Amino acid sequence: MSYSSSNSTTSHGSVKSYVTGLLLSLVLTVIPFAVVMSGALSTAATVVVIAATAVLQILVQLVMFMHMNAKADEGWNLMSFVFTLTILVLVIGGSLWIMQHLHLNMMIG
Amino acid sequence: MATDTLHHGAVAEPHEHHDASGTKVFGFWVYLMSDLVIFGALFATYAVLMKGTAAGPTAADIFELPFVLVETFLLLLSSFTFGMGVLAMNAERIGQVKAWLAVTFLLGAAFVGMEVYEFQHLIHQGNGPDQSAFLSSFFTLVGTHGVHVTVGLVWILVMLIQLTTKGLTPMTRPRIVCLSLFWHFLDIVWICVFSFVYLMGVL
Repeated sequence: MSYSSSNSTTSHGSVKSYVTGLLLSLVLTVIPFAVVMSGALSTAATVVVIAATAVLQILVQLVMFMHMNAKADEGWNLMSFVFTLTILVLVIGGSLWIMQHLHLNMMIG
Repeated sequence: MATDTLHHGAVAEPHEHHDASGTKVFGFWVYLMSDLVIFGALFATYAVLMKGTAAGPTAADIFELPFVLVETFLLLLSSFTFGMGVLAMNAERIGQVKAWLAVTFLLGAAFVGMEVYEFQHLIHQGNGPDQSAFLSSFFTLVGTHGVHVTVGLVWILVMLIQLTTKGLTPMTRPRIVCLSLFWHFLDIVWICVFSFVYLMGVL
C-alpha cells in the first residue's frame, strides 16, 4: 500500500485537498489584489504582501494540486524542484544584480 | 535500484504497472522543471527591461487589474476542475473524467480568449510589442504563457478523443496525469505573472 501511494506522483489526493487548495488560492489571490487596489499600505509593505502571498500560493498549489512531497519517486521530484529553484535564483537574482550595477555605472559615466 | 527491488519484494503484482507510469510522470516533471527555467529567463528579462518604456506607456498606464483578476480566477478554477478530473479517473468514472476535462477546456479557452482580447486591445491602442523594451518583454513573457495554455487546450482535446476511442488504459492514464501536472504548472506560472508583472506593475 505504501508503495503504490508513494511511487506515483499524482495518483493520490482527495476532494478535500483540492477544495482546500482552491479556497486558499482564491484567498491568497484576493488579498494582494485588495491591498493594491485600495492602496491602504505603503509601497514597500504592498510589495512584501504581494511577494508573500505569491510564494504561499505557489506552495499551496505545489502541495495540494501537484502533490509534490519528499516521498514520491524517492524524493527526486522535490530534489529536481529545489535544483531548479537554485537555477532560478541565480538567473533572476544575478540578472537584476548585474544589470542594476551596469545601469548605475552608465548613469555615473 | 536496490530500493526498487526491495519494494517489489514487499508488494503484490497488481502494482507492477505503476513503475512504468511513475517513470513517465517523473520524466514529464523534469520537462516541467526545464520549462520553469525558460519562464525564469523571461521573468528576468522582464524585470531588467520593465523600466525601459522609451517614453511610451508604463505598466501602470496600461494594466487593468480587475480584468486580469478574472483571468486569474478562470485559470485557478480550471486547475481545480482538472484536479476533479484526476480524482474521477482514480475512481474509474470515465464519463466524469470527460466532463471535468470539458469544463477545464472551456475555462482555459475563456482565459486564452481574454488574453487575446487584451493583446489585441493593447496593439490597437498603439501599445504593441514594438513600442518599447518594456512592452516587448511583457508580450514575450505573457505570450509564451498563453502559447503554453493553448498547447494545453489542444492536448485536452486530444485526450478527450483518446478517452473516447481507447478508454482509461495504462497508456492514457499517465498522459492525463502528465497533462494535469502541465495544467497546474501553468497555473503556478500565471500566479507569478499576476503578482510580479500585473500587481507590482501598477505600484
